[in-house]
Amino acid sequence: MRSKRFEVLDDRPVNKDGYVTEWPEVGFIAMEGPNDPKPSLKIAGGKVVEMDGKTRDQFDMIDTFIADYGIRLEGAEAVNAMDSVELARTMVDFNIPRSEVVRLTTSMTPAKITEVVSQMNVLEMMVAVAKMRPRLLPANQAHVTNVRDNPVLLAADAAEAALRGFAEEETTVGIVRYAPFNALSILVGAEIGRPGILTQCAVEEATELNLGMRGFTTYAETVSVYGTEPVFMDGDDTPWSKAFLASCYASRGLKMRFTSGTGSEVQMGYAEGKSMLYLEARCIYITKAAGSQGIQNGSVSCVGVPAAVPSGIRAILAENLIAMSLDLECASSNDQTFTHSDLRRTARSLMQFVPGTDFICSGYSSVPNYDNMFAGSNWDADDYDDWLIIQRDLKLDGGLVPVLEDEVIAVRNKAAKVLQAMFRGMGLTEVTDAEVEAATYAHGSNDMPARNVVEDLKAADNLLKRGLTGVDVVKSLVAGGYSDVAQNVLNMLKQRVVGDYLQTSAILTRDFGVLSAVNVPNDYRGPKTGYQISAERWNQLKTIRQAVSPESI
Amino acid sequence: MDDKTIMAIIADVMKEMGVGAPAPAAGRAIPASTGPGHLRITETGPAEKGTSPREVVIALAPAFGGARTATIIDLPHDQVLRELCAGIEEEGLSYRFIRVFRTADVGFIAHDAAKLSGSGVGIGLQSRGTTVIHQRDLAPLSNLELFSQAPLIDLATYRAIGKNAAKYAKGESPEPVPVRNDQMARPTYQAIAALLHIKETQLCDPAKKTQTLRVEFV
Repeated sequence: MRSKRFEVLDDRPVNKDGYVTEWPEVGFIAMEGPNDPKPSLKIAGGKVVEMDGKTRDQFDMIDTFIADYGIRLEGAEAVNAMDSVELARTMVDFNIPRSEVVRLTTSMTPAKITEVVSQMNVLEMMVAVAKMRPRLLPANQAHVTNVRDNPVLLAADAAEAALRGFAEEETTVGIVRYAPFNALSILVGAEIGRPGILTQCAVEEATELNLGMRGFTTYAETVSVYGTEPVFMDGDDTPWSKAFLASCYASRGLKMRFTSGTGSEVQMGYAEGKSMLYLEARCIYITKAAGSQGIQNGSVSCVGVPAAVPSGIRAILAENLIAMSLDLECASSNDQTFTHSDLRRTARSLMQFVPGTDFICSGYSSVPNYDNMFAGSNWDADDYDDWLIIQRDLKLDGGLVPVLEDEVIAVRNKAAKVLQAMFRGMGLTEVTDAEVEAATYAHGSNDMPARNVVEDLKAADNLLKRGLTGVDVVKSLVAGGYSDVAQNVLNMLKQRVVGDYLQTSAILTRDFGVLSAVNVPNDYRGPKTGYQISAERWNQLKTIRQAVSPESI
Repeated sequence: MDDKTIMAIIADVMKEMGVGAPAPAAGRAIPASTGPGHLRITETGPAEKGTSPREVVIALAPAFGGARTATIIDLPHDQVLRELCAGIEEEGLSYRFIRVFRTADVGFIAHDAAKLSGSGVGIGLQSRGTTVIHQRDLAPLSNLELFSQAPLIDLATYRAIGKNAAKYAKGESPEPVPVRNDQMARPTYQAIAALLHIKETQLCDPAKKTQTLRVEFV
C-alpha cells in the first residue's frame, strides 16, 4: 500500500524533472570531480611549460591555446602557489577592490580558478558576483521568436520587449531560411520600442556573420566553444577558427561574445571524465585567449544536464563568476527551461537576479514559451508581472520596468505597420492589415493568421541574393514615411563605425550613448557603493498598475 | 523513455566501464520496457556516391537499429524507418541506407548522406530520434529542416520528413514539416538524452569508413 503523502509528492511538478546520480567516469558530475587535474603552473623563458599537471608536450590544442594566450604570466607562478581558500576569500571580501582581484584571477590556470570558486557556497559566490560584474549597472536580454517565424509578430514583440526595458534582443528561427526576415523584423521592431537596443539572430555561424555584415543585426552571441578536443572537432572547429571568427566581427565593428556552458561536453558525449565546471573553465579561458570581450554562459541550452546532478545550479553560478573574474562580460543564461517547478526555477534565477549581472537572463522569453524557439526559457511573457513584483519586493533592478497596456498596444501597432511598409519598400512579401491588427493585440503566434511560408522563404533567399543591407532598410523606412525609425536604424549602423560599443559589457542608452565597463565600471565595495537605484529609477520600478493607492478609497 | 530503460542504459555503460550497477531510483511506477526492434541490418561495404537523381540517402548514427532499438520516446526504430521510406516512396523516389561511424553529430551525419546521395538530399538519424534533412551544397551545420527535439517526433512526423526530403530531391520547395516546440521536453529528457548520446558516441570509430547497409524489416 502506498503512502498518500508520497502519492501527492510524486505528482508535484518537481517530480516531472529528470535527475541522474553522479557518474564521474563520463563527466556526469557538476564540480569538484575526482578526475579533475590538480592546479599547477611552471613558466620558463616567458612560456608556460607546465599547466594543471601536464607538461607542454602533453598539451592538447585547448591547453596550448590557453597557455599561449589565455593567462597573464606576470607573477602567475606565485598566484597559482597561493592557498585557494585565501584566494576565494579575496574574491568575496568587498573591501578588496575588483581591479586587485582581476590581477589575481587572470593569472590563474583553469584548474586553479575552478578550485578557488569551489571553496565558496552560493551566498559567497553571489557577493563575489556583485563585485566582479564588469558593468556598474545590471541589464537584461530578451528572446524574441515564434514557432511560425511570423515577421509581423516578431516586430511587435521586439517593440514591446524594448519598451519593457531589455537592453538586448535575440531571435532565432524555426526554419533556417527565415533567418534574414527574423533578423530584420526584430531590428526595426526593437528600435521602435526604445532606440539603442542591440539585436542578434542566432543561427549557423556563417549565416550569422553574413547577417551582421549586412547590418541586419547589431551584435552576435552564438559563437560556441567547448572544453574538450573531440567536441570542437565534431563541429569542424578549433580555438583558432573561433578566434578568427571573433576577429571577423571585430573588424566589421560588430559587438560579439562567445557562448559556452556546463554540461555541453557530457551532452556531446566527450567529457573525458572531467567535471562540468572544470571543462567550462577551459571554455572561458579559450574565450579570454581569443580576445572576445565577453561570454554567454551558465550552462545555457545544456542546463538539463547540470540541473540533473547534485550541486549543478551552484556550478552554474560558479561558471558565471569565473567569467566575470576573467574580466569578461557575462550574459548569465537564466534562459532555458530546466524544470517543471516554479519554486526551482525561481531559486535558480535568484543566484544572478540578486547580485545582478551584465545580462541577468540571456534571454528572458518576451513571448509565451510555446513560441520560444530556444526550446523554452526559464522566464516568459506570462511571468512579466512576477518579475516586476519580485523587483519591487526586494528593491532590486532586474532590468525591466512596469508598462501600461495602452503603451504596449501603441508600440506593437506601430512596429507591425512599420514592418508592413518596410516589406513593401524592400520588395518582400505582403503584410496584410489583418496581420497588423492581429500582431497588435496578440498573445502569441496562435493568434496570427497563417502566412504563405513558401513565398516568404523565396523572398528571404532572394533578399540575400540581391545583396540588400542595412542601408536598404533605412531607405525603405524613409520611403515608407517612418523617418524617425530610419534614423534609429541608421544610428545603430553608425555604431560599428564608431566602435565604442566593442568595449566590454557595452549597452546603449536611448540616445545611443555607450555604457560599458570602461566608462561605467563596477566599483562595488560594500554597502552604499557600486550601483545604487536612483530615486527616479525606484519610482519607476515600484509603480505597478496593480497597487491600490490609499487616496483612491 | 521510462526509468527501467534508463537504468538499463546506465547499467550497460557502467558494466562496459567496469563500474558496479547503480542503486535503483526510488519512487515512480515503471511501465513495460521496449521490446527488440524488428530490423536486420547488414553492412555491405564502403558507401559509394550515388548517381540516381531520384534517390534519397538515409544515414544512421552508430547505435541506430543496433545497440539501441527505439527512440527516446520508445518509438521502435523499424517503425521509424518504415515511415521515412513510405514518405519517400509516396513521392515516387527511392532510398538507400548508409551508416556513419566517424561522428554521432546528426548535422554531419545528414550532410554525409547528402554528399553521397545522387539527388544531393539526405536524411540523418540519431538513435534517440533526432533527425535532419540536408542538402550537399549547404554548410554542414546548416540544413533544410532540423528536428532537434527528439521527444516530440512521432511516426506521422517521420513520414512527413521522408515525404519532404523526396520533394527537395525532386527540386520542389515543399512547405516545411511544422516545427513542434515543447519547453518542458528539456527538463524531462535532457539528462537522459545525454546518456543516450554518450552511448552512441562510444560506438563511433573515426577510422571506419561510412558503410552501405542492407536493411530488412523482419
